[in-house]
Amino acid sequence: MNAWTSLFASLIAVIALVLVALFGVGAIGLDTLFGVVIPYIAIAVFVVGIIYRILEWAKVPVPFRIPTTCGQGKSLPWIKADNLESPYNTWGVIGRMALEVFLFRSLFRNTKAELREGPNVTYGSAKWLWLGGIAFHYAFLTIVLRHIRFFVEPIPSFVELLSSVDGFFQLLVPTVFLTDIALLAAATFLFLRRVFLPQLRYISLAADFFPLLLILGIAISGVLMRNVWKVDLLMVKQLAVGLFTLHPTVPAGISSIFYVHLFLVCVLLVYFPFSKLMHAGGVFLSPTRNTANVNRMERYVNPWNYPVKVHSYAEYEDDFREKMKEAGIPVDKE
Amino acid sequence: MYDAGKIIVGIVIFLGAVAFPFWYNAGKAATPTPPKLEVGTTEKQCVESTAYMKSSHMQLLDQWRDEVVRNGKRLYVSSTGKTYEMSLQNTCTKCHSKKEQFCDRCHNYVDAAPKCWDCHVPPPEKKQTARSTN
Amino acid sequence: MELHNLSKPQDLMNIDLNKTPETPWMDTPVNFRDGTYIYPAAGKNLKRLGLPNPREWSPTDEDWKLPDNWKEIIMKGLKERLDKYRSFRLFMDICVRCGACMDKCHFFIGSGDPKNMPVLRAELLRSVYRNDFTTLGKMLGRFAGARELTVDVLKEWFYYFFQCTECRRCSVFCPYGIDTAEVTMIGRELLNLVGLNINWVMEPVANCYRFGNHLGIPPHGVKDMWEFMVDDIENITGINVNLPINKKGAEILFVTPSGDYFADPGTYTCMGYLMLFHEIGLDYTWSTYASEGGNFGLFTSHEMIKRLNAKIYAEAKRLGVKWILGGECGHMWRVIHQYMETMNGPADFLEAPVSPITGTKFENAKQSKMVHIMEFTADLIKHGKLKLDPSRNRKVRATYHDSCNPARAAGLLEEPRYVIQNVCEDFFEMPENTIREQTFCCGGGAGLGNDENLEMRMRGAFPRANALRHVQDKHDVNRLLCMCAIDRATLTALTHYWAPDVSVGGIHELVANALVMDGEQERTEDLRGEPLNEEEEE
Repeated sequence: MNAWTSLFASLIAVIALVLVALFGVGAIGLDTLFGVVIPYIAIAVFVVGIIYRILEWAKVPVPFRIPTTCGQGKSLPWIKADNLESPYNTWGVIGRMALEVFLFRSLFRNTKAELREGPNVTYGSAKWLWLGGIAFHYAFLTIVLRHIRFFVEPIPSFVELLSSVDGFFQLLVPTVFLTDIALLAAATFLFLRRVFLPQLRYISLAADFFPLLLILGIAISGVLMRNVWKVDLLMVKQLAVGLFTLHPTVPAGISSIFYVHLFLVCVLLVYFPFSKLMHAGGVFLSPTRNTANVNRMERYVNPWNYPVKVHSYAEYEDDFREKMKEAGIPVDKE
Repeated sequence: MYDAGKIIVGIVIFLGAVAFPFWYNAGKAATPTPPKLEVGTTEKQCVESTAYMKSSHMQLLDQWRDEVVRNGKRLYVSSTGKTYEMSLQNTCTKCHSKKEQFCDRCHNYVDAAPKCWDCHVPPPEKKQTARSTN
Repeated sequence: MELHNLSKPQDLMNIDLNKTPETPWMDTPVNFRDGTYIYPAAGKNLKRLGLPNPREWSPTDEDWKLPDNWKEIIMKGLKERLDKYRSFRLFMDICVRCGACMDKCHFFIGSGDPKNMPVLRAELLRSVYRNDFTTLGKMLGRFAGARELTVDVLKEWFYYFFQCTECRRCSVFCPYGIDTAEVTMIGRELLNLVGLNINWVMEPVANCYRFGNHLGIPPHGVKDMWEFMVDDIENITGINVNLPINKKGAEILFVTPSGDYFADPGTYTCMGYLMLFHEIGLDYTWSTYASEGGNFGLFTSHEMIKRLNAKIYAEAKRLGVKWILGGECGHMWRVIHQYMETMNGPADFLEAPVSPITGTKFENAKQSKMVHIMEFTADLIKHGKLKLDPSRNRKVRATYHDSCNPARAAGLLEEPRYVIQNVCEDFFEMPENTIREQTFCCGGGAGLGNDENLEMRMRGAFPRANALRHVQDKHDVNRLLCMCAIDRATLTALTHYWAPDVSVGGIHELVANALVMDGEQERTEDLRGEPLNEEEEE
């Protein structure tokens, strides 16, 4: 199956999901199914699924300490060690992980190799992937946090603050959120590079296109709902608070675009634990990043370490004793 | 080596974060009942349908402002053919005179922050009972 | 294959990194072309080690003479390793195929083969993992990137897992730290379960197991080699350096890769050790039993690492030394730094290393009790314990190649540079994207440095060579320094092909050239027997 097939299969899958929601709510009126039952199932699968996956990893030991050292390790006192790139204590590991998780440190290193006449190879700066990634993740995070205004009552002040900062420029009515634009732009960029960079397209699976298109679907339906096909927010919040107070209610008459949005989010939640999206949890557990470079300094135990067959010195000397004696090499047994 | 302790802490943080809306609502004894709005008029029909006004009044008001301020037009013909003066103070707040019990309650509920009153004078507060916006 | 059979560099590199095959990678079969694959292990070597399925076979054969239940064996092995290595399991699960690693592999840059992109190399195994171990893979098959394990897939594994030098450069750039070396190591372990391995790895392993060193030289042969060096040193310096062998009660056991005493230019480095230790009056000993610092077990299986590495601690215990000093080597230090103490420790019978010359406590090695020679020598120089005359290296215009493992698995970056700058007047760094943690492999690590694989080696060597060419053109660099025995062997071919007129050598060779020894005769030659001054050449 080539990348184009994967791409179209993913696109068709996302369109089908949109149609399912439109049909389910619009045509046969399954508001309760799409407004209550599916969201509850999705949240449950999301939470239980993620914990299950993490425990699955946690059950497997880390037999060796294998940091990828990206800076000077700690050795002689007069050589400046790099605690963030080659950590020698817990603070270094915490710092390194924080840089990785919050700032995508490793991705920031990215370069692009290009072959030229000569033959020569050059390594150009290539920060676009980093920028796209960081914009995508932070926009997504902000948007999720902003949505808390629909989930709880009264609304915490940090959420209000976040919304007002995000809508700082007060463009149009209702105000356009910067993160909406950033998410759409970044997801589109990530999608387009996957489609148009030949090497990247070659390695791409349906599992790479699908989540991007799904998230784009969520973002587009959200923006449409906010700015074009507007919905009654009072009812939307009533439904959401109902879910989160365990008193589910389904106000009649919320327009279908809302259910499309909600359904796509539910699909994302269900899909999350079974897919590559688990990198979110996995990044914390990666032994090349979260182990300290103190291998010769501190003991590290492999829980399944087992004795192996070795060739002992006695066996070795038995093989070569006479020759060793002839050559004047000391032996244990005369 | 398993790092079980750290992983459990991580899972607890994750659970706490995901469950935030649940425990926050429970702590505030929130109910799914939305705030009751008091219109302050006996009029049954706004300039457009109720559903439209609920979801899109801000766009209508935005459009009115542009018509009045930029194009100098003052009259709005509704989808039912009736004519209204495009004026927040002379048309809207005539009926919707209780800003706190009507506008604010809903805006606070969904964290909408309209800029109307930055310029316009709100309708005089007529002996409003100090009910919470719950 | 030999270098003169290869096409010219310009023609070899007539490739397009952006061109991908017409067929999807899962449907593109592997092609065993001469010069790009490695000969399989001889049956006798597997027998000697008690490894499965010893036989004679060739990758170009249709039938690889696999055991009947090969698939069951691999699947069982895969399951076992998924339950033993969190790294492996995680790296099977969390790749998002962002593409950051795509052009970071020297084999990809040199060959343009997309299966040499780290991500795709790992996908070769991931696809099978998904098919049998993940929910979506079981449900959706190829839509989820899953595929069944077939003989063709196995052939692909053999080709590409022995086309990865486990250099870890990709893992520097991966946002999740996914390390292809881990995947390749497990991939090779699985292949080993059904008797798919290469002779260039298994012969050294078998030799090392029985003889104590990769080339299978018996103890008296090893002693002969060392004595040759002692003679050479005497000719050059007039000093007869001491040569303690298997000496009980010595303070320090010295272990270095056997490549250092069997072939030029490693021998010059080895002479350097002998001279340095003699000059500072170190109470140490060589060992014929643990006469190999290198560990090709790393290229075989975790179990084999342990089986070979065990000798070092065992010999230290038998000889009753206080601590261990290790020579210039690359993958040896991956093993010693990241595996040895966990596998074969704790070495409670040893003491935390202290330099007998300077009194420095090597805090960073207090648990494993094994110190890198570059740490040791840098400390000597820092304390002014060596009388050095860098002008004796005046003909050398040096650059330094960080070997993959000391750089990316230990963070040994400054020590070698400090030593070089103290013994050599002209030192020039290669471009920053090609050194330190971003260093490029020589193209022949992890058992790939053999002749039958020469074309692929030279392709993999291209990024390193190109950086070398850069400093050669710009600064007239004529010596490529390294602290790795595999490097000293493979870089020599690299310079022949890509950057003629650059010689390769270790750092302690230059240290010994510069070292002013007590009672030495006036030096007119360097350790290579070449005159110290240009004029004398005529």
